[in-house]
Amino acid sequence: MNSKNLIEIENIILQRGGATVLDIPEFQVPRGRILALIGPNGAGKSTLLLMMAGLLKPQQGKIYFQGQPVKSRADLANLRRNAAVVFQEPLLLNNSVYENVALGLKFRRLKNDEIRKSVQSALDYFGISQLAKRSAKTLSGGEAKRVSLARAFAIKPQIILLDEAFNSLDPPSRETIIDDLKQILEETKITAVLALHDREETLRLAQDVSVMNSGRIVQSGKTAEIFNQPDSEFVANFVGTESILEGTVNSCAAGHMVISINGKVIEAVGDCSIGQKVYCCLRPENVTVSNYTQGKISARNIFEAKVSKIVRQGFFYKLTLDCGFPLVAYITIPSYEDLGIAKGGTVIASFKATAVHVIRRGK
Amino acid sequence: MELIVQGIIKAFELIISFDPEVLGITWLSLKISGTATLFSLFIGISIGTAVALTNFYGKRLVISLINTGMGLPPVVVGLFVTILIWRNGPLGFLEILYTPSAMIIAQAIIATPIVMGISLASIQNLPPNLRLQILSLGASRLQMVWVLIKEARLPLLAAVMAGFGGVISEVGASIMVGGNIKGYSRVLTTATVMETGKGNFDIAIALGIILLLLAFLVNLILTQIQQRQHPR
Repeated sequence: MNSKNLIEIENIILQRGGATVLDIPEFQVPRGRILALIGPNGAGKSTLLLMMAGLLKPQQGKIYFQGQPVKSRADLANLRRNAAVVFQEPLLLNNSVYENVALGLKFRRLKNDEIRKSVQSALDYFGISQLAKRSAKTLSGGEAKRVSLARAFAIKPQIILLDEAFNSLDPPSRETIIDDLKQILEETKITAVLALHDREETLRLAQDVSVMNSGRIVQSGKTAEIFNQPDSEFVANFVGTESILEGTVNSCAAGHMVISINGKVIEAVGDCSIGQKVYCCLRPENVTVSNYTQGKISARNIFEAKVSKIVRQGFFYKLTLDCGFPLVAYITIPSYEDLGIAKGGTVIASFKATAVHVIRRGK
Repeated sequence: MELIVQGIIKAFELIISFDPEVLGITWLSLKISGTATLFSLFIGISIGTAVALTNFYGKRLVISLINTGMGLPPVVVGLFVTILIWRNGPLGFLEILYTPSAMIIAQAIIATPIVMGISLASIQNLPPNLRLQILSLGASRLQMVWVLIKEARLPLLAAVMAGFGGVISEVGASIMVGGNIKGYSRVLTTATVMETGKGNFDIAIALGIILLLLAFLVNLILTQIQQRQHPR
């Protein structure tokens, strides 16, 4: 057992009604990291989360928590006490916000003043201390979600498991909750596993990604790696075709950002604080390939690039370019022929600053 | 029509004058039906919750039986309780036929399936993931069940109302096992039956109105509790 991993799973099989719901030869949750499980509905993400929370027993296979196999009832109880699940629905009790957040602490029979302190700090973390006395049934969707997150963090779990936790929220509260959650996870260093199916949420929150499909884990890796190097058609289709570039904001003024990526510098539009780590997402159809080296062009980002891979896809070519960072471009067959593109050859790749979609990410 | 008006006037006379006999009958009705409801709550809520929370073979059949029991005819209950506690019956040694205790037993048997059926449905109606959520917060099984029952407290109050309403207004079993003995086992319903039989419609109407008032008051109090918890 590797002590770097908080949870390890070995040869898990779960069947329901003759169908295999989960079939996972091995899976690890590294301590202190934020891992996203992504995949279509019915891929088994929620089932895997429940299993890691000790709420569902596999028919076959082993789960290790902190290096110890989870076997007896006591092991299971220990896992449950150290893991907190946040479901898609807030599942608040018909009680005050305070009572809801205190629930897990009361199960642990802590002293009243201890409970009060923990509840207060959990409420503060999520910026909802003013709601403490409100009835949980009168909260808005965003507030209720914050309460259910605070309730999970109040028990100071080793691991927090979120099941599609942002699905039913309106876009503005979703944005702010994701930002707050990210900050809290970074501050508390609590290990987190998030079942998600939105690309942007995954990029903003996750450090590692595992892609699931029909009960199996089809690819695991660092977030940027999964998005840039999908190793199967399924993963490629699921994560999309954009180039995802990890960068840091160098300067930002009047909505114009300069971001350094792997020693190179690109320009983008948007507003960010300096030093902020970001992902720059670029759609392949927005990358222009040319052989111009002279003259003026409105595109702010121009790089000399080596053609490292050429794949014909129907009516166009997909080029993988190396500009010091990887970049994918689509070009039509006539353009491909006019430019005389060959593997290993050099071209000029350009894209507009407005074509770069910037997503803030964690450390 | 005159009969009804006279009856209502008589009723108010009896109520306002605090007629000791009427007061005694009313108090006994409350005591017997209240105790029976209390027993039915203990048994009904615990079994109803247990059935709702466990999966076993034949669960649907059990639920159908409980739901059928919600419509148990009081005379049938009265008949079987009478047979059981008859002098030569299996429980005859208890010597409780024609006593308030027998009435409490019969009424508890009538109310229990009602409470059980409503508890079962209200626990089953809680969000399915709520159980998992509570367990994942570190609850023991017992703590989980207790939180679920508390969460279902509003529909459970409906179970209290339905159970109490069912037994306070019941006459068949009470008259069979209680015997309508004056000052001892005479309750509002059995007294109403007797007075109607004797042609004393004014007193019968008065007792009927008191019965309605009683049922109304108890439900009013319970509804107040229930709705106070429901801000929306």
